[in-house]
Amino acid sequence: MIQAILVFNNHGKPRLVRFYQRFPEEIQQQIVRETFHLVLKRDDNICNFLEGGSLIGGSDYKLIYRHYATLYFVFCVDSSESELGILDLIQVFVETLDKCFENVCELDLIFHMDKVHYILQEVVMGGMVLETNMNEIVAQIEAQNRLEKSELLAWGL
Amino acid sequence: QARGIQTHPPKPEHGAKYISQCIDEIKQELKQDNIAVKANAVCKLTYLQMLGYDISWAAFNIIEVMSASKFTFKRVGYLAASQSFHEGTDVIMLTTNQIRKDLSSPSQYDTGVALTGLSCFVTPDLARDLANDIMTLMSHTKPYIRKKAVLIMYKVFLKYPESLRPAFPRLKEKLEDPDPGVQSAAVNVICELARRNPKNYLSLAPLFFKLMTSSTNNWVLIKIIKLFGALTPLEPRLGKKLIEPLTNLIHRLSVAVLISLSSGMPNHSASIQVLTWLWPLSAVKYLGLLAMSKILKTHPKSVQSHKDLILQCLDDKDESIRLRALDLLYGMVSKKNLMEIVKKLMTHVDKAEGTTYRDELLTKIIDICSQSNYQYITNFEWYISILVELTRLEGTRHGHLIAAQMLDVAIRVKAIRKFAVSQMSALLDSAHLLASSTQRNGICEVLYAAAWICGEFSEHLQEPHHTLEAMLRPKVTTLPGHIQAVYVQNVVKLYANILQQKEQAGEAEGAQAVTQLMVDRLPQFVQSADLEVQERASCILQLVKHIQKLQAKDVPVAEEVSALFAGELNPVAPKAQKKVPVPEGLDLDAWINEPLSDSESEDERPRAVFHEEEQRRPKHRPSEADEEELARRREARKQEQANNPFYIKSSPSPQKRYQDTPGVEHIPVVQIDLSVPLKVPGLPMSDQYVKLEEERRHRQKLEKDKRRKKRKEKEKKGKRRHSSLPTESDEDIAPAQQVDIVTEEMPENALPSDEDDKDPNDPYRALDIDLDKPLADSEKLPIQKHRNAETSKSPEKDVPVVEKKSKKPKKKEKKHKEKERDKEKKKQKEKKVKLVPRKHKKEKEERTKGKKKSKKQPLGSEEAAGEPVQNGAPEEEPLPPESSYSLLAENSYVKMTCDIRGSLQEDSQVTVAIVLENRSSSILKGMELSVLDSLNARMARPQGSSVHDGVPVPFQLPPGVSNEAQYVFTIQSIVMAQKLKGTLSFIAKNDEGATHEKLDFRLHFSCSSYLTTTPCYSDAFAKLLESGDLSMSSVKVDGIRMSFQNLLAKICFHHHFSVVERVDSCASMYSRSIQGHHVCLLVKKGENSVSVDGKCSDSTLLSNLLEEMKATLAKC
Repeated sequence: MIQAILVFNNHGKPRLVRFYQRFPEEIQQQIVRETFHLVLKRDDNICNFLEGGSLIGGSDYKLIYRHYATLYFVFCVDSSESELGILDLIQVFVETLDKCFENVCELDLIFHMDKVHYILQEVVMGGMVLETNMNEIVAQIEAQNRLEKSELLAWGL
Repeated sequence: QARGIQTHPPKPEHGAKYISQCIDEIKQELKQDNIAVKANAVCKLTYLQMLGYDISWAAFNIIEVMSASKFTFKRVGYLAASQSFHEGTDVIMLTTNQIRKDLSSPSQYDTGVALTGLSCFVTPDLARDLANDIMTLMSHTKPYIRKKAVLIMYKVFLKYPESLRPAFPRLKEKLEDPDPGVQSAAVNVICELARRNPKNYLSLAPLFFKLMTSSTNNWVLIKIIKLFGALTPLEPRLGKKLIEPLTNLIHRLSVAVLISLSSGMPNHSASIQVLTWLWPLSAVKYLGLLAMSKILKTHPKSVQSHKDLILQCLDDKDESIRLRALDLLYGMVSKKNLMEIVKKLMTHVDKAEGTTYRDELLTKIIDICSQSNYQYITNFEWYISILVELTRLEGTRHGHLIAAQMLDVAIRVKAIRKFAVSQMSALLDSAHLLASSTQRNGICEVLYAAAWICGEFSEHLQEPHHTLEAMLRPKVTTLPGHIQAVYVQNVVKLYANILQQKEQAGEAEGAQAVTQLMVDRLPQFVQSADLEVQERASCILQLVKHIQKLQAKDVPVAEEVSALFAGELNPVAPKAQKKVPVPEGLDLDAWINEPLSDSESEDERPRAVFHEEEQRRPKHRPSEADEEELARRREARKQEQANNPFYIKSSPSPQKRYQDTPGVEHIPVVQIDLSVPLKVPGLPMSDQYVKLEEERRHRQKLEKDKRRKKRKEKEKKGKRRHSSLPTESDEDIAPAQQVDIVTEEMPENALPSDEDDKDPNDPYRALDIDLDKPLADSEKLPIQKHRNAETSKSPEKDVPVVEKKSKKPKKKEKKHKEKERDKEKKKQKEKKVKLVPRKHKKEKEERTKGKKKSKKQPLGSEEAAGEPVQNGAPEEEPLPPESSYSLLAENSYVKMTCDIRGSLQEDSQVTVAIVLENRSSSILKGMELSVLDSLNARMARPQGSSVHDGVPVPFQLPPGVSNEAQYVFTIQSIVMAQKLKGTLSFIAKNDEGATHEKLDFRLHFSCSSYLTTTPCYSDAFAKLLESGDLSMSSVKVDGIRMSFQNLLAKICFHHHFSVVERVDSCASMYSRSIQGHHVCLLVKKGENSVSVDGKCSDSTLLSNLLEEMKATLAKC
């Protein structure tokens, strides 16, 4: 199970916070901060796995992260997930974002936070991996976007 | 307006003022009718939530947006809900119907968005109500919906474990779904389930085996391999079968190998070679170490050969890798390499930057050394010196860990005590530990252990006087309170020891000097802010002053003083207390003494029971009576020990044996010479030990070789074949000193079970369900119908048909498992013996729901009447399900049932619990209860409200839901039954509009409801009857066929009595009213009749009670 998905920039500003386990808002922020400090300390050329975030779960949990330009993508998972599998999943997620936003950058995440969530919802649902096939994900997102457009037209917006 | 839907995110950089302005704006927008504006506002809220602002206040608005008809808005609502809703959100149950509607929507995206949202905020209630809807979606035509429905089932199982068995066949079906996405989802769910309870899923192995060879989806493969990783330990044959397909996979993608390894496959040693080739890549290195730790559990030998490689990893700059390597080391130590590994770790401790890693190292060193009862330690002096070295770490959080180890080793390894004491006294003397005393849990914690060891084993001290002075330094008062407390206590032990030495040596002056030192220094502790320290210090100061007086008269005191601390402490296993089996016939829940109401006697009683005679004596006795004085102090010390948490832990105090004080010849007489320089504490000495140990081992080996040669010669002579190999194995290394690890004490015939290791709150335990059994009718998922909420909301009605003996059928909140078991029992009973009148489901429901029916109708009216007689086993006749809730009133909107209980705490008060159940399809709001008070009975109302105001019901009722409200009534006279009139008014709101409705009811306070079940012992009961101030009355009821056992149970249940004694068909019963009236009953069963004689301190109450009882009995 995936416990949380966090995206934040090089300064620790949250860009996407998705918990699959209930934490009060202030704890969520604390977790984001702690995770940011853990990840920031690490060189880019050392491994992408990290243990010992004290706030989420215990020893069964790991942080698996990837660093892209200005953004960190961090997944907090338990031992039922494969480390390399999750690394691959982060890549799928980022590539999907890239396709949907055409050259995704940090600003896209700020201005279309809801859309980013919708895309994530097609990849991970309730902490479980829903779909890993990028074409399938993009197809579903596009279908939903079309539906939205037609609805808005009918609404007269 | 066209841009309305686009979010304009507020920027947190603008500060808190900007945010609060934003929230105000959002609040305005939420008030508008335009759904687009509302949705936009909710979207902004979601953004704020991400920035850490609580948006729970907008939960209702979110639900509004969720129920929008357009997908665009609905999606926004569900997103906000999935981010902010949780089990504690109270409006969440309002979403049930909306979600159900969306789930059955014709648009697959509406359904999809509802499923996604639900997966994030599903609660047990939602899971129960929607499980069936989701089940149907698992066979939806669109794969998009199917895969989501399959995936969400896992969440449903977690929240509502009963759904697992009914849903499992369909889940299994989905493993072979034509769509790869659905297949992958099903594999995903089953893997999560199997991870926790693998044994239930072994039967699926062939299916997964097929999938593994056919699937091309890497994700599915990874999951399946993980699953097999969990299954193979249970079924070893699987492992062999898997080798072939796995090697095929190796050729296809090399990465999968590593993943398979890290999932814990039992693999051949060749795979470790693969790992070492790929070393340079850091990610792979990490995974390699992870995999090795899994292999280590099954094949320790094959990993141990890579020890050097792993030690190298400790130098890696990546902390993750270092921690992994540390983990591995834990499993790799043996007697042979322990010292070497720990030495290496110690150098890392010195080098380590950052406290987290250093602390991790420290705990690992201790873990490694103490694992499986110090199995690998051959030289405890070495271990103690390692511990002492560790105390030099500044700023660690694990001081208490080191302290615990020191104590454990010193107590359990007798041979090491002398050495330990010398090290500890050095620690006490060193200043650096005192300096760090500001930090909680810091390194100063070891002083706790040091002080205790030096005190308890003071006979081993070289220079006790010096240690005593060290412990009495003024700086000690800066230590945390609990450490000071131990200091104070152990100072006395030391003092006792010194005193004895001095007296034996005939140095009366020396002894007096020590006493003077104590008298001088102890006051600093008496002033402590810590209560424990203060109390102990002042107590001891008085004792010492008294000793001083005696010394002045040249009375020898040492014997008596050291007698205070005679006796040996035995370590007790931490679980020992729990494992003491309950002796037969002991009921821990039964009252030992009947609880007494008047405060005076309560004060007196325990003292008489628990205290020794000494307490009654006048406190101040003339001080000449030394022996008695000391005896009293010993007693006091015993009490103090009992209060001292440390003593409780380590001594089975009641059985503590008092030994004779050690004889004169055992005590070394040491000249105290303060000018002699002390040992420099804390020098790294462990290295010396390593060398010494090596030498020792070498010598040992030589000796052994010699012996072996001799033996060989002998063998040659005897012409026997010898088989022993001349290699040095673990077993050959004999421990350095006669190590006697005292095993922790366990109670006799302790149960060896390890059940208590499991966490009863583990959510996954509920999912440990046998899936191969066929489904029973009772396990069907609840399908939406009216009143479905009731069956689970009021557990009283869930009571199984077969009730055991006189136990009251009033068990609240059963564990799922128990329920399951009960169901099984029910089934079996029904199948085996047709003793229980077989009823159709409908009937049973009727029975459980309309309780009053079965109460008012004579039981014999149904087919049940003849049955027990036919069976000829009236004793076994089961009691029908009982509920203490009786119907109050009902109409088409609402049904009210109530239960009246007396409260023990407050005189003359009863609690009325009213269960309100919504039977309509509209929401019931604004419910208010107004009751007309009588002179005798008044309702407790919130302050400030008048007698005519209604009291609001603290909840709303959505359709089909029931809930319980409790009200307190004050009753003045309880000798008469009485009725109160009342009205429930409420607003019923549905799609068409809202209407005001009313429901009248009559609350009936029977005399029985003023009684509270109070147990009573037969001797107390006899006394009560003998006392003669009870009035008497009796009734007789004819035509009773019910068994006596059930009859008594009925009286107990309906009239709150408890059985005092039962002899054949005669029983005495007792109960007490809330105002303290005693009620005694003698129930006798004749041929077809029952007579009840009652005695009570109030005759009116008794006659009313007997009337009520007569009515109950008449129904039997």
